Amino acid sequence: MQVPAPFDYRRATSVGDAIALLQDYGPDSRVIAGGHSLLPMMRLRLARPEVLIDINHLTELDYIRVDGSFLKIGAMVRHVTLQTSHLAAEYYPIFAEAEAQIADPLVRNRGTVGGSLCQADPAEDLSAVFSALKANVVIAHRSGTRKVPISEFHTGPYTTILEADEILTEVEVPLRSNTGSAYEKVERRVGDWAIAAVGAMVRIEEGLVSEAGIGLTAVRADHFRAKEAEDSLVGRPPSTEAIAEAASLAATHCDPFADQRGPEDYKRHLVEELTKRALSRAMNRSLPEVH
Amino acid sequence: MTDVKDKPDGVGFGRVIRKEDARFVRGKGSYIDDIVLPGMLHGAVLRSPYAHAKIISIDTSVAEKHPKVKAVITGALLETLNLAWIPSLSHDVIAVLATDKVRYQGQEVAFVIAEDRYSARDALELIEVDYEVLPAVVDAKRALDPGMVVIRDDIENKKDNYIFDWGSGDEAATEAVFEKADVIVEQDMLYPRVHPAPMETCGAIADMDPISGKLTIYCTTQAPHAHRTLYALVAGLPEHKLRVYSPDIGGGFGNKVGIYPGYVLSVVGSIITKRPVKWVEDRSENLMSTSFARDYHMKGKIASTRDGKILGLRVDVLADHGAFNNTAQPTKFPAGFFHVFSGSYDMEAAYCSVKGVYTNKAPGGVAYACSFRVTEAVYAVERMVDRLALELDMDPADLRMKNLLRPEQFPYTSPTGWEYDSGEYPRALQLAMDIAGYEDLRKEQAEKRANGELMGIGLSFFTETVGAGPKKHMDILGLGMADGCEVRVHPTGKAVVRLSVQTQGQGHETTFAQIVSEVTGIPVADVEVIHGDTDNTPFGLGTYGSRSTPVSGAAAAVASKRIVEKARLIASAMLECSPDDLEWTTGRWQVKGDPSAGKTIAEIALAAHANLELPEGVEGHLDASCVYDPPNLTFPFGAYICVVDVDPGTGKVKVRRFIAVDDCGPRINPMIVEGQVHGGLADGVGMALMESIPFDEDGNCLGGSFMDYLLPTSLECPSWETGETVTPSPHHPLGLKGVGESATVGSPPAVVNAVLDALKPFGVKHADMPLTPAQVWRAMQGRPMRTDLAIQ
Ligand SMILES: Cc1cc2nc3c(=O)[nH]c(=O)nc-3n(C[C@H](O)[C@H](O)[C@H](O)COP(=O)(O)OP(=O)(O)OC[C@H]3O[C@@H](n4cnc5c(N)ncnc54)[C@H](O)[C@@H]3O)c2cc1C
Repeated sequence: MQVPAPFDYRRATSVGDAIALLQDYGPDSRVIAGGHSLLPMMRLRLARPEVLIDINHLTELDYIRVDGSFLKIGAMVRHVTLQTSHLAAEYYPIFAEAEAQIADPLVRNRGTVGGSLCQADPAEDLSAVFSALKANVVIAHRSGTRKVPISEFHTGPYTTILEADEILTEVEVPLRSNTGSAYEKVERRVGDWAIAAVGAMVRIEEGLVSEAGIGLTAVRADHFRAKEAEDSLVGRPPSTEAIAEAASLAATHCDPFADQRGPEDYKRHLVEELTKRALSRAMNRSLPEVH
Repeated sequence: MTDVKDKPDGVGFGRVIRKEDARFVRGKGSYIDDIVLPGMLHGAVLRSPYAHAKIISIDTSVAEKHPKVKAVITGALLETLNLAWIPSLSHDVIAVLATDKVRYQGQEVAFVIAEDRYSARDALELIEVDYEVLPAVVDAKRALDPGMVVIRDDIENKKDNYIFDWGSGDEAATEAVFEKADVIVEQDMLYPRVHPAPMETCGAIADMDPISGKLTIYCTTQAPHAHRTLYALVAGLPEHKLRVYSPDIGGGFGNKVGIYPGYVLSVVGSIITKRPVKWVEDRSENLMSTSFARDYHMKGKIASTRDGKILGLRVDVLADHGAFNNTAQPTKFPAGFFHVFSGSYDMEAAYCSVKGVYTNKAPGGVAYACSFRVTEAVYAVERMVDRLALELDMDPADLRMKNLLRPEQFPYTSPTGWEYDSGEYPRALQLAMDIAGYEDLRKEQAEKRANGELMGIGLSFFTETVGAGPKKHMDILGLGMADGCEVRVHPTGKAVVRLSVQTQGQGHETTFAQIVSEVTGIPVADVEVIHGDTDNTPFGLGTYGSRSTPVSGAAAAVASKRIVEKARLIASAMLECSPDDLEWTTGRWQVKGDPSAGKTIAEIALAAHANLELPEGVEGHLDASCVYDPPNLTFPFGAYICVVDVDPGTGKVKVRRFIAVDDCGPRINPMIVEGQVHGGLADGVGMALMESIPFDEDGNCLGGSFMDYLLPTSLECPSWETGETVTPSPHHPLGLKGVGESATVGSPPAVVNAVLDALKPFGVKHADMPLTPAQVWRAMQGRPMRTDLAIQ
């Protein structure tokens, strides 16, 4: 059995308490949410926090609701909750689609939205989803909260802009009319991380693409985003040519590397193929009669 | 769900619920890690981070000062006990703890014994090892290149990484056949390194009683008796003071045949600390350091006439054995039974050569449900037959039908000297094709191809080679491959059967009770199976290579028959008639012509223990034993058909259907047979599509966790469609052939043939396993990858 190095444990009673504990214990303390990323790393002794601050009991962070023009998702929402949320699916079918392909039911029962984003694994799926949806994340600190676009949240593999005593509390997604979304992922086996995955959001107004979001994961796209491809779509009528061009741009502007999931050329090919599939499904869904 | 109700009388063969399930489904099994002994300590192994490095120094002083550490063992200490190296299963040696060099990543370097497993692990980090890193030999194809670093410089005068050359068959005759052939097809293929990955990893508890000198080793072993004898031989421990006890085992698949350093270290640890020492490896340790399987680079060459009569087959193998030659196989056969590679086909000549080399990878081999390399052999021939079909533009089913051995050819002597016992091959293939609806599938495929959709249909026909083996041909480290069995009927007619083999989940507690029941008529529920404990069972070589039913099952049948014969004599005394006047009906001897006069086995058992005056020469009690030396191997066979759909845009393979017709002779418990087949088919899908342990150029193992070494889940497996034919073995007392590994042996080529059939429109002829999405896509581009090396 793989066993972690010794550590201490504190249970936070509120967001404020969690932040206070993080401050008390300093940089060797770590928040634990679902634990599905942190515990494996601790067992392999790749992570060795001295104190775990458990935020699993902060029900105040467990919600999915519409508030004004935003869909708001609390950091402690479990994968399975997002996967089965009618509210989320009503606005963005991409959630249920992506979630159904994240890990396996055991992991989805515990793993959280906040933990997924904060882990910042380069193959993480929700980062691509929220990138496609152009979401904002809400971060709580000692003296209040700050809000940053998802495109500024990740600073590299396994790193984010979070300070040691900050916690992510919420992700908010703008609500949009005439919008479709979809997720496409290829994995070697169910429960494996993506070889490559693409999330797409397309808004069509008066026959033209007015807004497009394309999120990529596992292929070292800048901030999980295919910006050039997004830009190429805006202002154009939806068409196979537009899709093909965007897909090709997405494949060109990412930077996948070879690993046991596949060689670089294959991953690039997948980005192109999956971008096409995700975009065309998103476009179909954005048609008013469907929405 | 399988219907288990068709066995109302509870006697003999048939679908009965597994006896062991009552405890397993309640979580009441008792595995190594469930066993807790008073005063027990915990061991942990420090492993090499490098594939090849000289050990300059090891400093254990800080670790020893850890308040909960009891001892730290290094190779230097083992050297003083003459235990730093132990014999391998293939006439080589393996290091228990490295003394001079580490030779693969994950090799054992030191052993910490502490009060609890957390402290043991913590203390590992306190050991300082100074390594001088050496270049690693990773690519087996380059292991013999001039100037290559020598891995085994512990062997005197060793100047290269060569292990052995071995061949079988008539090379000249085979070459002559190639001379006259119309068509010759050649294909290089790799059966990549895979791992058995049992759910339970390996472990042991050694408990040396300092007063009596008795050493009990609780251990995850498939072969408790062989282990006991090896400990006695290697460590000079008196065999009567050694007890090997194998509790419930969570899967073996060959992984638990050999003796691992961790077991030996637990023993040494218990002797040093005078307390029981438990060692249980973690998942990565299991994947990185214990017996792998396969790793055969094969060059196949097949010859035929223009109209598809196969004439000959040649396969030249480069075998990667890792850092120590530790494959488990009968002494005479360094490549196991690979030379059964002519498979199920009638051909004039065949020849194979096998060259073994050392690399900086974990040692082992031949583990994983392979029947001593029959898996590689079947893969080779079944791929070659498909390659030939492609070349001849013939349907692979037609080509197989045309060349399968015919029933009248049995017993059949293969070009390399095997004597196949019995078979009706065309019948099995036809049945599989009927279940599949083969013609309709081909039609559907043609329609799909016209639309650019990729559908593939793959076949394989395998001949298994199990039940090792006749003592005159086979031994492991000098121990003949016969197995003992003892059956005892208690005074009240209940029975106990003691076995030398050890179940790892196959259901022996049920099937062996059924064998005794079938012969004696004692209800299955009334037969208790005892196994896994060397103090309480007769000697034998254990469970692997699908040998339990063919060897130990035969021993149980013969012993049971002896019981029935003895019962006859006792019944004749009871009924005051001649034994010749008695006839056997299930569970009862009765007077011929007078069925009302008879004695049941229970009545006879009571009489045998009571004051009945027994006939001359008959001792009391009702028991018997047998040591079964099989006259020949058994040859189960089967026809498999796999249907896949491939996503042309992503290369992702979906196994849509899998049809498996197995012939293992009569089925003791059809439900258990189907379970074995289901598991083996899942294994096959795993190997064909996702399992592999490649190494990067520094020799880092890239398959060392379940995030890297992918096993199939139910979502990758279709609903299996099974069928059966029954061709009894003429020499097994009950006609049984064994089935444990059939599906693992037979299924990978069916899946691979199906995927490659799907890719036919792209002109793809071959791509090596595992056929991951990336590999399939690369094959479609005409650039399949090597799957033994890191993806570049
Ligand atoms: C077998 C397996 C397969 C998986 N497959 C996939 C997959 O295919 N796709 C995928 O996207 N993911 C996958 N995952 C990851 C899974 O989604 C994790 O649950 C997720 O990455 C982390 O969420 P968690 O709640 O478990 O976080 P934890 O493990 O608890 O925490 C992860 C990190 O985030 C920090 N953290 C957590 N919450 C907060 C917060 N609110 N504020 C600040 N910091 C926080 C922690 O301190 C820690 O550093 C897989 C995991 C496993 C075990």
